[in-house]
Amino acid sequence: MRNPLADKVVEIKPSGIRKFFDIVNEMQDAISLGVGEPDFDTPWHIRDEGIYSLEKGRTFYTSNAGLMELREEITRYIKRKQGVTYNAAKEVLVTVGGSEAIDIGLRAMLNPGEEVLIPQPSYVSYEPCTILAGGVPVIIELKAENEFRLTAQELEDAITDKTKVLILPFPNNPTGAIMERKDLEAIAEVIKKHDIFVMSDEIYSELTYTEKHVSIVEIEGMRERTILINGFSKSYAMTGWRLGYACGPENIIAQMTKIHQFAIMCGPTTSQYAAVEALRNGDADVEEMRTAYNQRRRFLLNAFKEMGLECFEPFGAFYVFPCIKEFGMTSEEFANRFLQEEKVAVVPGTAFGDCGEGFLRISYAYSIENLKVAIGRLADFVARLRAEKQ
Amino acid sequence: MREELLAIVERNSRIDLKELAVILGVEEIDVVNELAAMESEGIICGYHTMIDWEKTSIEKVSALIEVRVTPQRGQGFDNIAERIYKYPEVTSVYLISGGFDLLVTLEGKSLKEISGFVSDKLSTLDSVLSTATHFILKKYKDHGTILAKKYEDTREKVTP
Repeated sequence: MRNPLADKVVEIKPSGIRKFFDIVNEMQDAISLGVGEPDFDTPWHIRDEGIYSLEKGRTFYTSNAGLMELREEITRYIKRKQGVTYNAAKEVLVTVGGSEAIDIGLRAMLNPGEEVLIPQPSYVSYEPCTILAGGVPVIIELKAENEFRLTAQELEDAITDKTKVLILPFPNNPTGAIMERKDLEAIAEVIKKHDIFVMSDEIYSELTYTEKHVSIVEIEGMRERTILINGFSKSYAMTGWRLGYACGPENIIAQMTKIHQFAIMCGPTTSQYAAVEALRNGDADVEEMRTAYNQRRRFLLNAFKEMGLECFEPFGAFYVFPCIKEFGMTSEEFANRFLQEEKVAVVPGTAFGDCGEGFLRISYAYSIENLKVAIGRLADFVARLRAEKQ
Repeated sequence: MREELLAIVERNSRIDLKELAVILGVEEIDVVNELAAMESEGIICGYHTMIDWEKTSIEKVSALIEVRVTPQRGQGFDNIAERIYKYPEVTSVYLISGGFDLLVTLEGKSLKEISGFVSDKLSTLDSVLSTATHFILKKYKDHGTILAKKYEDTREKVTP
């Protein structure tokens, strides 16, 4: 029989997280700090709206781009948060999670051989989606000494005449890094100078702990060259509802909608009704969750300080990214030993790019009580490693 | 800090002061001072323990009693409320809007004890017009805490 598979797909490495996931799942009593989704339930009034829509029999396809009601709420939300206006009829597309928007956005923009700049460490899908869309991923390795922000110089150095798109993943998973307005202004100059486009993945936009999240679309001249991607998973604890969206210039959104229409039809209808409720009446829930995350974030940073573990202070998302270079082992070795000896799962930084070597991603989407137990074990483990070294 | 501090101690009054300072991002002394200030201002009125008596071998019965009363000239409902709340078996008294006036919660050892209290003490008060007693059969949620079910983390253990 002939080989049924496409070389391009077979050549893509499986996610580094997957391998680790299999080991963790084998261990019944392992506790995990490896989760990339909120621990909160979706607020009840949002779930209730989903249930209500089912009761009412709203179980049909919506328009391809999503319920008009929802798209209008999305534009109001972005106006309210970012002060930028989008046309609900032409510049918004409701997708199956932010992930779909990343995939079809790249497919809509890339010609074969065009380069996509991907700052790493970052979420695992940018690189494979670029390859599947026929593009060439070009990695920009972010540095701990810059608090894992993207600098104008790093961007400038990575641009070639084939560069088409920059992916901007802030607030960042796995580092928790954010980009402040001044950082965005600096890179915006470079972007405009080289006439490239931006895919800004702002799925963690509601989870920042110093100032309000700033989007690159707020910077002059950037709205017309940016696809803004966001969704409901992280801000409203709605991961399983699979709902996100993309906002951008009409010409890009129209082509994305075309792919979406053929591949997906429309986002899940129940989720769309629930999302309308989330945007209308969910501000207080977001605030409450943000406050809880911030308390946990402070708790972890303090614990690291007490055990002398180096960690820059992250101001976004729900991850901390401590450095473990002092122990002279790779992230994967550390994570494996920690799991075997203390039964706690953390994700090796290398799951998010080679430059994550020497770091761990620790999620604080857990209650303080759970964090306390896990961090107690980390302190024991770290002490033991230090004793071994002597 | 006040609002956030209250939200935490309302749920967990036994939380360690040092930990409280860490998660609020302030100094421990500030937490101590703020708590003391709120105690003296009467904002924090006490620190209680939530007990699910069902799980103990101790028998307890609670009831909600709707009370209709005649308000008194110049005093409104305050006098009669005071008469009622002075009984130690009364755990709370609320003045409420709607079809009756006072909602009284009672805790006793047995049905008999509670019905005795209602018929002997409560109904015989001059200004009490009528009462309706509702015994609590099961507590599902109390003080924002769900008593019936334990939290279970059903998320996948590791996700990107």
